[in-house]
Amino acid sequence: MSWLATTDPLFTNSGHVGLAIIVIVVVKMLLGLGLLMTSVILMIWFERKAISDMQSRIGPQRWGPFGLLQTLADGLKLILKEDLIPSEADRTVFKLAPFLVLVPAIITFGLVPIGGTLTIAGHKVLLQVANPPMGILLLLAMSGISVYGVMLAGWSSGSKYPLLSSVRASAQMISYEAALGMTIVTVVLVTGSLSVHNIVTSQADGVWHWNLIRLGVVPFVVFVIAITAELNRPPFDVVEAESELVGGFHTEYSSFRFAIFFLAEYMNTITMSAIIVTLFLGGPAGWAPNVAHLKWLFPIAWFLVKTVGFAFCYIWFRASLPRFRYDQLMDLGWKRLIPLSLGWMLIVAGFLVAPGWGFMMGAVVLLAYSVLARAFSLGQTREVGVDSVLPMVGARPLPGEVLRSSSDEGSD
Amino acid sequence: MARALDFFGGFKLTFQHLTRPTVTTSYPKAKRPKQPRQHGRHVLNRYEDGMEKCIGCELCAGVCPVNCIYVRGLDNPPDHPVSPGERYGYIYEINYLRCIHCDLCVEACPTQAITESKMFEFSFTNRSDAIYTKAELLVDDQGFPQRLPWEDWRDGEAAMTGGWMRATSPNGDAAYEGVVQWTADLGAGVRAAEAGQSGVRDDEATGSKQLRNIFPKHFEPEDVPLQFRGLQGKLNEARAKMPKRRRRAKS
Repeated sequence: MSWLATTDPLFTNSGHVGLAIIVIVVVKMLLGLGLLMTSVILMIWFERKAISDMQSRIGPQRWGPFGLLQTLADGLKLILKEDLIPSEADRTVFKLAPFLVLVPAIITFGLVPIGGTLTIAGHKVLLQVANPPMGILLLLAMSGISVYGVMLAGWSSGSKYPLLSSVRASAQMISYEAALGMTIVTVVLVTGSLSVHNIVTSQADGVWHWNLIRLGVVPFVVFVIAITAELNRPPFDVVEAESELVGGFHTEYSSFRFAIFFLAEYMNTITMSAIIVTLFLGGPAGWAPNVAHLKWLFPIAWFLVKTVGFAFCYIWFRASLPRFRYDQLMDLGWKRLIPLSLGWMLIVAGFLVAPGWGFMMGAVVLLAYSVLARAFSLGQTREVGVDSVLPMVGARPLPGEVLRSSSDEGSD
Repeated sequence: MARALDFFGGFKLTFQHLTRPTVTTSYPKAKRPKQPRQHGRHVLNRYEDGMEKCIGCELCAGVCPVNCIYVRGLDNPPDHPVSPGERYGYIYEINYLRCIHCDLCVEACPTQAITESKMFEFSFTNRSDAIYTKAELLVDDQGFPQRLPWEDWRDGEAAMTGGWMRATSPNGDAAYEGVVQWTADLGAGVRAAEAGQSGVRDDEATGSKQLRNIFPKHFEPEDVPLQFRGLQGKLNEARAKMPKRRRRAKS
């Protein structure tokens, strides 16, 4: 247990883990799960309401005040429906896949600090389900595992569209994960710690210490774009493109398994908003008046306000932006975001050593960018060449004709 | 640079829409006002003395493109005449499974006996219910159309039946726009002329409104009528809502 004590003050006080600590941990877990579930319900409602407002519609209004219970009604409906498994499906993997998406979504939320520290019965308690020393690495690992969920769901369905979707999902998530990792490395470089709690406390001294400003705005922008792609949310939702792939990887899913995918998607949206807030906007940091006994409430309020703001941004993206074409998506990921985040990471690293190194890194990165830009333009013009492009239909023989001519030659 | 900022124009637009009112109406609960010349369910009118206007001439049945009207005339009984003329509509039936609401019957009628109300929301579970007879089509003793259980009548839908006809004149001549060429109806009296092509309109007399005055908020800012712009517009709006609230309080 000593490795836990390095980052979590709950375990430092005493050598052994007493009953009080176990109770506190269990309560924290239950509260975290409850908070996540409630916020998923609210998030789905909020998304539907906000997006219909942006389209001059009303949105859900039948169940509960302002339609708040619509999500519950939908969930109940899904549970009561028949659970279909296609005969072509790989049954084990098909049943496993939804949980491969759900579990990482829940675990990731456990990393997010939603407030400061609280003292309960002599124990210092972080308002965070868990604060493992390798915190932010766990985030990357979990988002890596959820790719498997999506990929296996599509593959095990034994159907064409889900398979296409899973191919897209794996390609997209892997390419954006690189940019994502690079920006996280930038944050970690400045903080000097992988622990999420330390990342937050290092930004606590005011707006100018937030990573958003401290790192320059570029990593933040890259992170937001990459995380949107990672979430498969519009405008990067080629994985679930309804107009191309029916429903995407969950086309063959029905009933509760479908509900789990839906749940996990919105959990991820909330969690990632929270992660953005944690990494770049100081998490629960913010102005708090000196009120006795209630001071711990203000960081939570700040955290919620910031997170809801980002959740709204995702909805706003969805209402405003058309879906990317698949090649545009790959272009943006590989040719723009990865070089940008990598270069920025090098520059930040240079400045951390000494300003001289920083400027030198800047020059090197600029040079590399110009080489890259030249390479990209060369690559683009090469494809227009005559040899690499197939002749127009009509100018080339149809497959049947090719076969016939070759067989004719054989008979002669 | 300006082109790069255009990218954010979409975000601006969607955000602006948050502040605009919704276009959706919760339909069965609330309904949009009907167009002044809406074609709906037919009404058989009566004169102010209670006599029926229909003379059983069968012109409506003859002109009907889908043969949905069945009329039989009969000589008026001398001791208690039904209509002021020689004959009256003894049988009058409209089959609403066939009717296309083209209003040609209204145009053909020489006595404005048949007009169309603005109510089109009626459904039946039974084919024989679809055939409206004289008992259902004829206005009641106050001059209002009968509100049958399967029909969904709202305020104003019976107010100006056959509105389009009164926009020009029964003979369809635009030169007679605004000239009253129709007889008085039981309950409603001589109905005012609807606004025609020339744009001369007396909305208070006809009770109809231009849709652009009803939904000013859904137009682009420059298309909103002057009386609904700015602070004065809000005042006007509040004034328009006032009597409705009072009416509700009374009932």
